[in-house]
Formats: sequence, structure tokens, C-alpha cells
Amino acid sequence: MSKIAFEAISVFLALLAFVSLYRAYKGPTPADRVVAINVISTKVTVLIGFLAILTNQDAFVDVALIYAMMGFVTTVCVSKYMEKGKLY
Amino acid sequence: MDLITGIIVVLLTLGGAFFFLVGTLGLIRMPDVYCRMHTTTKCDTLGAGLALLALMVYRGFSIVSIKLLLVIIFIWLTNPTAAHIISKAEYNKDNKRDNDNNEVFL
Repeated sequence: MSKIAFEAISVFLALLAFVSLYRAYKGPTPADRVVAINVISTKVTVLIGFLAILTNQDAFVDVALIYAMMGFVTTVCVSKYMEKGKLY
Repeated sequence: MDLITGIIVVLLTLGGAFFFLVGTLGLIRMPDVYCRMHTTTKCDTLGAGLALLALMVYRGFSIVSIKLLLVIIFIWLTNPTAAHIISKAEYNKDNKRDNDNNEVFL
């Protein structure tokens, strides 16, 4: 019962990531694109966590942690560049 | 005992899926950058928190669930910070068109 729910939410999260990609493509301002990429990064983090449990590979949880850190650094860097025109 | 754990896991997974759906719907349908940021922050916090909590309950007490708790804490720390930085960048960019005096330095 739990495995079926995990497989269902994995497919659902992949579909929602593609739906969020519409806003990253269409968004009128650069901030819209940054928000959409941030949401997709969080979804992929949760998806990697579900894959780690579904495939019994415990090392994938570390991959999820590193992916969350990389998404945060990406968001901060792109926002700083959008605001000032430089990174520091 | 196993049945109760399964029911709790499925309920937490459904809650996470609901909040992810609501956040994505707001990202597509809302009219403004700040409104979109409002919905997506809810999606990140509650959706990711409930979904990873379901995995923690499913695995029981082990080193994997402690790592999953670390992922939840990291997401809860960084997502409000990222939303704050994005909104500050957008606000300062909008205000520089009018005058240079009321810039937010938080």
C-alpha cells in the first residue's frame, strides 16, 4: 500500500515539475523564472528522496541533500545578479 | 501496528501531494510575482515537509531517517531565505526606476 502511494506521488511530482516549467518559459519578469526554477529544485529534491526509498539505495538521500544545497546557491546567485548586475 | 503505520504514511503522502498541487496551481494562475512567491513558499515548506515526513515514518528509526530529517531542516531554513532574497531583488529593481532613495538593504 505504501509502495503504491510512493510510486504515484513520484509520477505526480514529475508531472508537476513539467507544469512549473511553463512558468519558467513564459514568465514576464526574470523573478518569475527564478521562482519557477526554485520550485522545480525543491520538487526534484523530494523526488530523489522517494527514489531512494523505492529502489532501496540509501546513498540517494545524500544526493537529495546536496541537490537542495545546490538549488539554494543557484537561487541566491541569480537573485544577486538580477539585483545588482554583479555577484558580490 | 503495520496497518496503522501504512495508513499514516499514505495520509502524509496525500497531504504532501495536495500542497504541491496547490503551489503549482498558484504558480501558474496568480497574476503577480509576489503572489506567485507566496503560493510557492507554502508549496515548498508544507509539501516537502509532509512528503519527507512520510518517508521518515515508513523507514522507522535509522540513519536514513536522520538524514531525511536533515534534508527537511535544510529546506525549512533555506526556502524562506531564498524567497526573501528574490522579493528584495524584485522590489529594488522596481524602485530604481522611480527614485534611488528608498532602497531596502535587509
